Amino acid sequence: MALAQVPIGASAEKPAKLSCKHVWKLFGQNAESFLAGRPTPPDAAALAEAGLVGAVRDVTLDVAEGEIFIVMGLSGSGKSTLLRCLARLIEPTAGQVVFEGRDLLKASEAEMIDIRRHKMGMVFQNFALLPHLSVLDNVAFPLAIQSVPKDKRLARAREVIELVGLKGREGAYPRELSGGQQQRVGIARSLAVGPDLWFLDEPFSALDPLIRREMQTELQRLQAVLKKTIIFITHDFDEAIRLADRIAIMKDGAVIQTGTPEELVLRPATEYVAEFTRDVQRAKVMSVRSLMRPANGAGYAGTVRPEQKIAAIAAQVIEAGKPFAVADESGALLGEIAPQAVLDLLIGRGPAGA
Amino acid sequence: MTDTALTSGSRPIPWGRIGWLLLLGATLALGIWHGLLPWAADYPKPWVLPLAKQITTLFKASLDTLMPATRAFSAVLQVPLDFAIGLFAKGFPLGPGPDAPAIPRLSWIGIIAAVTLIGHAYGGRKVAAIAFFCFAYLAVFGQWNPAMLTLALVAVCVPVGALLGLFIGVAAYRNPRFDSYVVRPALDLLQTVPAFAYIIPILFLFGFTPVTPLIATVAFAMPPMVRATTLALHRVPAEIQEFGAMAGCTRAQLLWRILLPSAKPTLMIGVNQVIMLTLNMVIIASMIGAEGLGFDVLFALRNQKIGVGLEAGLAITALAIALDRLSQAAAEAKPALYRPGTPFHRRHPHLLLGLAILAATTLLGTFLPAFAAVPPEMTVTTAPVWDGLVKWINVNFFDYFEALRTFLLIWILNPVKLTLLNLPWLGAVLLAAYAGWRLRDKGLAMLAAGLIAFPALVGLWDKAMITVYLCFIAAVISCLIGIPLGVVATRSRWFDRVQQVVVDTLQTLPSFVYLIPVVMLFRVGDVTALIAIVAFAVTPAIRYTIHGIRQVPPHLIEAAIATGCTRGQILWRVQLPLALPEIMLGINQTILFALSMLVITALVGTRDLGQEVYIALTKVDTGRGIIAGLCVAFLGIAADRLLRAGAERFRRRLGIAARAGMG
Ligand SMILES: Nc1ncnc2c1ncn2[C@@H]1O[C@H](COP(=O)(O)OP(=O)(O)O)[C@@H](O)[C@H]1O
Ligand SMILES: [Mg+2]
Repeated sequence: MALAQVPIGASAEKPAKLSCKHVWKLFGQNAESFLAGRPTPPDAAALAEAGLVGAVRDVTLDVAEGEIFIVMGLSGSGKSTLLRCLARLIEPTAGQVVFEGRDLLKASEAEMIDIRRHKMGMVFQNFALLPHLSVLDNVAFPLAIQSVPKDKRLARAREVIELVGLKGREGAYPRELSGGQQQRVGIARSLAVGPDLWFLDEPFSALDPLIRREMQTELQRLQAVLKKTIIFITHDFDEAIRLADRIAIMKDGAVIQTGTPEELVLRPATEYVAEFTRDVQRAKVMSVRSLMRPANGAGYAGTVRPEQKIAAIAAQVIEAGKPFAVADESGALLGEIAPQAVLDLLIGRGPAGA
Repeated sequence: MTDTALTSGSRPIPWGRIGWLLLLGATLALGIWHGLLPWAADYPKPWVLPLAKQITTLFKASLDTLMPATRAFSAVLQVPLDFAIGLFAKGFPLGPGPDAPAIPRLSWIGIIAAVTLIGHAYGGRKVAAIAFFCFAYLAVFGQWNPAMLTLALVAVCVPVGALLGLFIGVAAYRNPRFDSYVVRPALDLLQTVPAFAYIIPILFLFGFTPVTPLIATVAFAMPPMVRATTLALHRVPAEIQEFGAMAGCTRAQLLWRILLPSAKPTLMIGVNQVIMLTLNMVIIASMIGAEGLGFDVLFALRNQKIGVGLEAGLAITALAIALDRLSQAAAEAKPALYRPGTPFHRRHPHLLLGLAILAATTLLGTFLPAFAAVPPEMTVTTAPVWDGLVKWINVNFFDYFEALRTFLLIWILNPVKLTLLNLPWLGAVLLAAYAGWRLRDKGLAMLAAGLIAFPALVGLWDKAMITVYLCFIAAVISCLIGIPLGVVATRSRWFDRVQQVVVDTLQTLPSFVYLIPVVMLFRVGDVTALIAIVAFAVTPAIRYTIHGIRQVPPHLIEAAIATGCTRGQILWRVQLPLALPEIMLGINQTILFALSMLVITALVGTRDLGQEVYIALTKVDTGRGIIAGLCVAFLGIAADRLLRAGAERFRRRLGIAARAGMG
């Protein structure tokens, strides 16, 4: 097992679309002077003593262009507050938020309005549709407040409504739609202005499990087309594993680990993270790269790619009963993967499955 | 009101109870032997603060500077008022003199058709039928002309009041300090100071012009709109607000395109209340010059014409019911779902049809008089029947009514009155303070003491005590009637339905109307006032009792049944104790209702603060009216805060968290 070979998340090399440094959000009286007045960051006990709620504590993150970045944590861990700090819906008590190289917290009200109108979109847990408007008008609303001419905005609204699969329901009102359909409207509305940065705050948590599944698949389909930079909040670790390029795990306002799903599973930073990852099916998150061993000779039954998930190649490898070669795009041999290792992983035996 | 410790053995000394006994004893002693401490028993004359005179002087001094502003304000409001009166009631004369040609007013047939259509558009057949019958009632019973004058006033007051309330509410929402330091105290005062009292400064500033009743009515009817607006805006889900911000709305866009449309249902409840309060005010408005139904009621009351008064009063009720149901239906109506691209006439069939009928019937009216005015041979009057009925009752049952009257006076009213009049003012103030301290804290103690002391400070102690005496007896009787009725309503479906209809009707009747039959049967005096007040104030006692019993968690009842409790045991040991906080709030409302009715009963000759206000009104004595009005308001606020604190304490003792939004 060559754990050290696992790279630090492929996306890290791309430029950061959005980053935040040492962001704090404390709720309570005189939070700012409390924080400014001390040389070292306060711990939980100090906050409790001052009667403050540390909703977000010293969070530093980089979200790369085009990745799905997921913030995962239990209810009350500060995910929504963090998201709202990043979108500047609430002012952080301290810290810096940088969006496309500019300091978001220094932007004036007019500049913020401009940025939000053209570069940001948000989807809400309870949909937040306007009850008095039809689907078409709801989706066209962000364009309407920018005074985009009526023909143009309705045409654009129809386009995104079709994109989310609601064609034919343009004239319906929110109260006539099911939860899943309402959230599709919410998604269409947030996409109407063609944002670069897309915030989703537990978008599927209010939906039934089956619908939730369907919507996750839908999101993956959309992302394959649109390639937005996505910050996605969830309390559901399975959802996070399914969708994420990278995951940040939050607890009591602090981010305790950031990494790809594979990294979290293989090297949980704390017992708390390990607790989450315990029941995850390893084959679904682990890639060939982390299970392969040095190439040993000839007689391979076939070739697989290092970034493929074990679950995707397991049947093939086990059926063949022989090792497969692992090769990258250029065809260079990186190692080999044995049926025994795959089997061990699948039944939860051996070093990686422990 | 003491903390009872149930631990046997070392029972702590009940200091709270001992405090009560000591204070009560001292007060009684002072009351019986006035000579002990004369200044504590009767407030000394030289100590009276001349606040009333100072306020009057201040108003007189500022009148000259304010005159241009008030004139301009009147002129602006005069325009829509004249237009509405012309449209509904008087037409638009095109020249001077009564015979000059005129653009006619709207045809009565057209108006009846239009309100029926509006009812149908918003509430279907049922609301259409209610609107039709109510307006047809106005026509058939010969009330059309005064009713249209009243409707014209309503048609101006409601939009003005609703818009003003909306703007103040929005300002309060945006600026929390403005809300808590200016708007809320002002609303509290406007809603507890009797309307009679604050129309005096309005009358003083604006004079006897047609606009003055309009302004007074708006001041009276607007507060619920302000409250509804701030409440509605605060209730818009945070996510919807955040969506607005994320969509890049400017502040104005956020308000007009997101917050207000999402808050519309609650806002419409506010509008509904503005309508109801406007109609409530029409009789008082007619005292300062408004024409219409209110004037007829007042005229009938002054001339003891019961039949005429009842018909006009019922006409106000009919108008109130119609407008109430129409506005409620409009508030609840979900917007029709039009697919994009529906042409205008398909979107608004009711609107176009209504306008067409109005135009056609009004045009016809220029040729056919029957369309222009209700033909006299079509109208009926029941006035002689009512007059006859009262005469018959008075002839046949006079002795019984007289006996009841005398009994009430000798055995209940007079003893309580004497006791309260002999109560030393200092004792009353200290008792209020002690109650405030025991129920909550020092702050409430100071507040209660200050509020109760105010009437003494301004030299109105005796009148205040007469107010307290009437209000107290009325509240007790209302509770003795209302609470059992409420209990019965929770146990009998049949009775519940009946009481709902009765209570709803009682609440839409203008308070003056209660007075008319009672005056006829009991003549003027305290008993008449008492009965009218009880009829008005019994409704909250019933409603809150029902509410309190209904909100007892069902699993507790099930547990009681499972333990083998009888129905009586369940009522006395489970339902009533748990409903007690709500019932206390009902008593609180009963007292406030009684106080507001009390001022009106001054018309039938009580000698309380109401009379003081009424005298000030006839003399347009601003200071005197304001001070007397403040006394009434302060008594009400003191009772309100003490009872709320009491209910809160009970709730905590029962381990129920405070529920917001009651009362
Ligand atoms: N406006 C607020 N005032 C005070 N405390 C708040 C406020 N908003 C959130 N909190 C607290 O901050 C913590 C994090 O909340 P939140 O970000 O909503 O968590 P999550 O979205 O992860 O469930 C919680 O303890 C919550 O009670
Ligand atoms: Mg949340």
